Amino acid sequence: MRKVEFTVEPVPCSTMPLKYDDSLCIGCNRCASVCQCDILLPFGKRGEHPIVMYPGECYYCGACVMVCPNPGAITLQHPLMNRAKFVPVKK
Amino acid sequence: MTLVEKGAAERSGSAGTGFDHWESACTNPCSGVTPEEIAEAYVNEQDWYSNGIAHYIECREGYDRLLDLEAFGGKIRDTEDEFLGAEFRDEQSKLMFAYDYKNKFTIRVWGSTFKPALVKELKRLGVRILNRTEATGLLVSKKEKRGVGAMGMNVHTGKFYIFRAKATVLAMSRPARVWLFDSDLTGLCEFRPMQSIGSGHAMGWRAGMEFTMMEKSVRAEFSAAGRSFPPYGAGNNHNTWYAATMVDARGVEIPYVNRDGEELKTVSERYYPAPGQKFFLKGGVIDNPKYEYRGPETLDFEELVKRGYQLPFYADLSRMPEAERRVIWGMMVGEEAKTKIPIYQNYTERGFDPEKHMLQSYGTGWQSANFLEQERQFFGAPGGIMHDWDLKTNIDGIYAAGDQLYASDCAGFACATGYYAGRKASDYAKTAEPGEISREDVEAEKERLYAPLFVEKEEGIGWKELNKAISKAMQNYCGGVKCEALLKEGLDLLKSFEEDIVPKLTASNPHELMRTHEVLDILTVAEIVLHASLARKSSSEPLFFRRSDFPEMDPPKDRKHIVIHQEDGVVMTRDVPLDFFGELKTEYEKRNQDYIHELENMKGGRQP
Ligand code: SF4
Ligand code: SF4
Repeated sequence: MRKVEFTVEPVPCSTMPLKYDDSLCIGCNRCASVCQCDILLPFGKRGEHPIVMYPGECYYCGACVMVCPNPGAITLQHPLMNRAKFVPVKK
Repeated sequence: MTLVEKGAAERSGSAGTGFDHWESACTNPCSGVTPEEIAEAYVNEQDWYSNGIAHYIECREGYDRLLDLEAFGGKIRDTEDEFLGAEFRDEQSKLMFAYDYKNKFTIRVWGSTFKPALVKELKRLGVRILNRTEATGLLVSKKEKRGVGAMGMNVHTGKFYIFRAKATVLAMSRPARVWLFDSDLTGLCEFRPMQSIGSGHAMGWRAGMEFTMMEKSVRAEFSAAGRSFPPYGAGNNHNTWYAATMVDARGVEIPYVNRDGEELKTVSERYYPAPGQKFFLKGGVIDNPKYEYRGPETLDFEELVKRGYQLPFYADLSRMPEAERRVIWGMMVGEEAKTKIPIYQNYTERGFDPEKHMLQSYGTGWQSANFLEQERQFFGAPGGIMHDWDLKTNIDGIYAAGDQLYASDCAGFACATGYYAGRKASDYAKTAEPGEISREDVEAEKERLYAPLFVEKEEGIGWKELNKAISKAMQNYCGGVKCEALLKEGLDLLKSFEEDIVPKLTASNPHELMRTHEVLDILTVAEIVLHASLARKSSSEPLFFRRSDFPEMDPPKDRKHIVIHQEDGVVMTRDVPLDFFGELKTEYEKRNQDYIHELENMKGGRQP
């Protein structure tokens, strides 16, 4: 088999599904390990959060948030168009 | 035993992050129905284009699997007494029920605890779990037409695997992204996760496996990249949200009626069969049930318009009894699929309070979306692998479970058939000899898998471009209305993609390679659909199948499975009667005495 060199660069999309809070994240990469769509790539440097390599492939399942040991270190936000509206009840 | 998992087993699959209700638990201690009643109801409800075998397995063994999950550490009862005294809770067993409170055969569960518990148990049992490994092809010995293993690739390193196996179980969900594709928010194109795109169907087809009902597709119901909202995240009164109180724009409550059109006065009545009705069906595949099985429902949209109700509608849980409100918002929304973080936590942080707010519905119905006729999806109970009473495919040694099976749906169904297929596969493996693996097949698969790595990026075509082209082709040539000329045009175009575009596909790393392999599988699935559509020369209501050149609906001569497979590229069909599975209880018991005895011996050792 011929040898090839793998290359990778972030593939942006119109939304940013995940937000990391550097002050809370300990860079354990559990979010990257659990993501079934495999969109996160552990960052080379110790203690830093993974890179969101393929944001457009996010399934918005929340597994990454569920597994994170530090609440708030990672948050999931829906695309703007998917933020359903709620209003005060009318009685 | 080896589990080959493309994602990460701990949370993978559409139920990986949760599921909230376990259907057809007919053998639970509170159940008022028998497995025969519910399995037969499903078969009738689906006009016999139904998987009688798998539904019966679900009805008969499903509850045993739920007890297994509990034994592994999953939560299936209200052990903390959070819902003490609620109408849907059985005080003795602490089980909680959804839908039909009289017959109690759908159990509300804390499904977000299941997948990690299951994985822990697999590890305890010494199962080898290969995460981040895509299964790409089956190995079939040509001499005896018998499954001898599979091939795969690690999606991080690109390492190639050969799995030598006496028995193989396919559990790779159902196809997706055949008609719906969004190159921007690809992960939201369909209801199920990115990796569930029908790879099992594609590799089965390549190996000569038989399929049925692949001509069935429905007008799309869910695509949060397009016309719909995050599942369970808009106001509605179905499934997880049953039976939420709905109001119109003015805040006027929308009436619920029973199957006879009689208005129901209380919330409680929404959970009971009509006078003279034994039970009703609700859930994953039940959209618009026959009179016999129809449960309470809000009035039809047309009727509401006549009576002056105004859009938009809202789900207003504030008007429900406290326990019903709390079980929908907080338990069901929170445990179902991807609701814990994306809906429950996210909306709560945005300020949503079910006592103070109502959640908007979009469009005119519970789906909160209006798709076009050509935007289609494998939803409800779509086609899939044809199988026998052992859940064995037409290839010896290869079994299938869950959404790989034709006419399948739901997590409880997947668990029940998964266990059953595993049991039968393990029996088979006890006597089977390992088969011979063809070097030629392995080399051909390697060549196929790695080819895109050797196409220069600048000169090549990416996976998204091909996926988009396939889905547009399918919307054009295999949309709401089909005919021979259109379907053949579609096949022609897909063939040209195979010949001209596939050799140009390019990928820079194993992740992109995996996505490229997925699109190759989508291409194969699209071809299966076109062939299956050509083979059915009439239209069919239950299959949501309309041919302009054969408009007659469900003529008696075509009330049958048209089973399809290919051999050396030649497509072949055979007819199978819709009732091929025989009398469910008798046929099941003929083949499962060992399990029945095992269960009898266990009774007493396990909490009911
Ligand atoms: S799991 Fe949480 S703490 Fe760990 S890397 Fe991810 S965000 Fe940071
Ligand atoms: S929400 Fe799901 S798909 Fe998206 S990054 Fe998190 S784990 Fe992955």
